[in-house]
Amino acid sequence: MSVLRSDNYDLVVVGAGPAGIAAAAAAAKAGATTLLLDENAGPGGQVWRGLTSTPLTNRDMLGKDFWDGQLELEKLRSSGAEVLQRATVWSIDPSLQVGISHGGASRIVQARRIVIATGAMERPFPIPGWTLPGVMTAGAAQTMLKSSGLVPSEPTVIAGQGPLLWLLAGQILRMGGRIDVMLDTTPKGAFAAALPKAFGFLTTPYFRKGLKMLREVRSKVRIIKHVTRIEAQGDGQLERVVWETAGGKRGEMASRLLLLHQGVVPNVNLAMSTGAAHDWDGLQLCWRPRLDDDGQTTVPGIYVAGDGAGIGGVGVALARGRVAARAALTSLGKSGQDADLSAARAELAKANRGREFLDLLYKPAEQFRIPEGDTIVCRCEEVRASDIRSAVDIGASGPNQLKAYLRTGMGPCQGRLCGLTVTELMAKARGTTPEQIGYYRLRAPVKPLTLSELADLPMEPEAVKAVVR
Amino acid sequence: MIRRDALIIGGGIHGCATALNLRHAGASVTLFEKDYAGRHASGVNAGGVRMLSRHVAEIPLSLRSMEIWERIGDVVGDDCALDCHGQVLVAETDSDFEDCKARVAELNALGFTHEELLSAAEIRAILPAVAETCRGGIISRRDGAAQPARATTAFRRKAGELGADIREGVAAGMPRFERGLWHVEAGGEEFAAPNLVIAAGAWAGRIAAHLGDPIPMEPVAPMLMITSRVPHFIDPVVILRSRILSFKQFPNGTLLIGGGHLGKADLDTNGTVLDWNKLQTSARTVSELFPVMRNATIVRAWAGIEGKLSDDLPVVGPSPRHKGLFYQCGFSLHGFQLGPAAGAVMAELVTEGRTPTDISGLSMARFNAS
Ligand SMILES: Cc1cc2nc3c(=O)[nH]c(=O)nc-3n(C[C@H](O)[C@H](O)[C@H](O)COP(=O)(O)OP(=O)(O)OC[C@H]3O[C@@H](n4cnc5c(N)ncnc54)[C@H](O)[C@@H]3O)c2cc1C
Repeated sequence: MSVLRSDNYDLVVVGAGPAGIAAAAAAAKAGATTLLLDENAGPGGQVWRGLTSTPLTNRDMLGKDFWDGQLELEKLRSSGAEVLQRATVWSIDPSLQVGISHGGASRIVQARRIVIATGAMERPFPIPGWTLPGVMTAGAAQTMLKSSGLVPSEPTVIAGQGPLLWLLAGQILRMGGRIDVMLDTTPKGAFAAALPKAFGFLTTPYFRKGLKMLREVRSKVRIIKHVTRIEAQGDGQLERVVWETAGGKRGEMASRLLLLHQGVVPNVNLAMSTGAAHDWDGLQLCWRPRLDDDGQTTVPGIYVAGDGAGIGGVGVALARGRVAARAALTSLGKSGQDADLSAARAELAKANRGREFLDLLYKPAEQFRIPEGDTIVCRCEEVRASDIRSAVDIGASGPNQLKAYLRTGMGPCQGRLCGLTVTELMAKARGTTPEQIGYYRLRAPVKPLTLSELADLPMEPEAVKAVVR
Repeated sequence: MIRRDALIIGGGIHGCATALNLRHAGASVTLFEKDYAGRHASGVNAGGVRMLSRHVAEIPLSLRSMEIWERIGDVVGDDCALDCHGQVLVAETDSDFEDCKARVAELNALGFTHEELLSAAEIRAILPAVAETCRGGIISRRDGAAQPARATTAFRRKAGELGADIREGVAAGMPRFERGLWHVEAGGEEFAAPNLVIAAGAWAGRIAAHLGDPIPMEPVAPMLMITSRVPHFIDPVVILRSRILSFKQFPNGTLLIGGGHLGKADLDTNGTVLDWNKLQTSARTVSELFPVMRNATIVRAWAGIEGKLSDDLPVVGPSPRHKGLFYQCGFSLHGFQLGPAAGAVMAELVTEGRTPTDISGLSMARFNAS
């Protein structure tokens, strides 16, 4: 892989979403040698996916937020940061060596500081039948929409909760796509619980945008509220969706496509694999890295910014990226950044307003997080909820012990699709907390690596040896 | 104070096997495990159940263990996914092959017959995918591999069912000897027993040093990698004579690559760090030996913490210095297979003061002599 200019950098940033773009731009502009690595074909991450390549040109279709990304990208371009797309980071170790795969070859680069900005992933939504063809996550549908302009044309049900669900529904409708029914799983009473935190939210731009989005979708789609049970049915392919509401009403619809989404959670695989400590977030119901005010993890020199640090959205991600980059530079003795650091911290505090309201409002209900009976939990190894309960009965005390019995988390997804479910399910079965149960112990390679790629890895680059930290 | 016949520090396969056998002998026992049974070497190893290539001092223990493995379902109530298609040592050069011949002759002279010499033709009949250049090797036909975490958990569960008091998540403090009993503080309670077994894996060196029985133990972190599924091409476990490599294909098609390259271990944090330069050497060796593997992907890699002694042999037996104190540690990367028999031997030593198995070469006294 000769595409890189160097074997060592002041700052390596992983992930070119808003947080990574902001971090890399801020660091490079301040004179740090900076490398930004991203798996996708172009920068943007999930919110700004396809910003440089989308076939959609009508600005209204994707909303203003999407096009705001261009401004941040411009800053990145003029900053002098080196950007490598289609580059997968498969390892980061505590000595800050970064294993990178690109174009079928690998190499190891030495960083002096690292910002992990690998964003969020969708929370698993393990309902009966969720593994049938025809059931997909709303996020996957959004990726198709942004990169190739594909929208559903057959009878479609969208189900779940959270701002992104409404956003996607709005985007599909604006592009002439079809949605017949929306099953809203926001629990009854969630609004009342969230209300005391509403003041912070009312003062944010999200509030105005949120209302507009809700109105738009409501005018075109049949909305069923307080849904408490959903089942995808069909023989080898989705044929119908069946549901029940808190009021005991049952319903069903013949459909070929079911889009599921119940919020996003930090994508912690890479950060966890470095050995950084993570804690259970009882409000957002997910793991998040233990960070200091600068976003630094418990592994010195490794920072996390963006939704990977805890879900916060674009504004928070940008601010966290800038805080982490400036703090990293300050710690490297690239002085004169202190004023910048406090400005970035102020930006972060402002961006965080209103988040608690959304977290409380969109806390997903237990029955959609902790499945029962025959419902599949681990897709890779086809493990059912009841299998996990039986393993707990014979002594499996946490996700790592469970592997020995059921191989959960050992397939190609490395637990991304089942990890949270397994932790919460085992906590419930053992009558304890997710914190006590813990998570899979994750390790490099966090992304599969071919044997030949490893065999051909350039040995001990001179520059790596020469680096003194 | 909780009074027992015996206390065990460490819930790996060794501590758990000893607890199980002590219960069969009628002794009351408490086992302390600071994490959970199988969290360390015993739960994350390559699962190799091998008599092949053992040091002569270990062979009697290894043979006894194999007999127990062969009826493991009856012993612990779980088949531990034990799968025996033999283990094969491959000689890649003429001089490797000469060593193999000498080895088999030496064992035969001592009366051991479990290792058999293989010619180049025989080895290719057993391993059709192996590179043409291989000269021959040795096979131990009864060997195989088991699922380590399942096996260790099964020993723990069975010991518990037989009445052993197994305390997981409870670290034992440094033991002290007072008025004829060994005292251990653990989880805020005080335990005492006339017998104490140190089966604390890589952590045993510290305890031994504290008790005045220093042993040359180094904590190490052997690494393993596992690949994606590839079409079935190999039955036995394969080890190379003069390069660091062992591998095994599982029934589901995945391939486990190991052999003993070491990462870094940290006893205080339970942490390990992989060394990609060494894993690269393994990847190169596999691609040279089995070109079909080049396009397989590595889906996971990990390391476990293990205690290695300077002569690569364990200590199994009584303390040369203290009454009622026993060591079962320092298995130096190959102690999984020995677990079942070592547990039986320890129980015999604790309850009867002797064992029919020849463990004379594994005594701690060998370090005092030098
Ligand atoms: C990667 C790898 C591959 C291997 N492959 C093979 C193989 O194929 N075949 C083979 O035969 N062997 C193999 N081995 C070696 C084998 O795993 C070990 O020799 C064996 O498991 C040692 O068992 P143990 O019970 O002595 O140690 P461990 O399993 O390490 O158990 C010791 C336990 O003691 C606990 N402990 C320590 N201090 C305290 C305290 N103060 N209080 C309470 N608890 C304490 C620890 O938490 C630990 O769980 C391999 C090892 C590794 C790491």
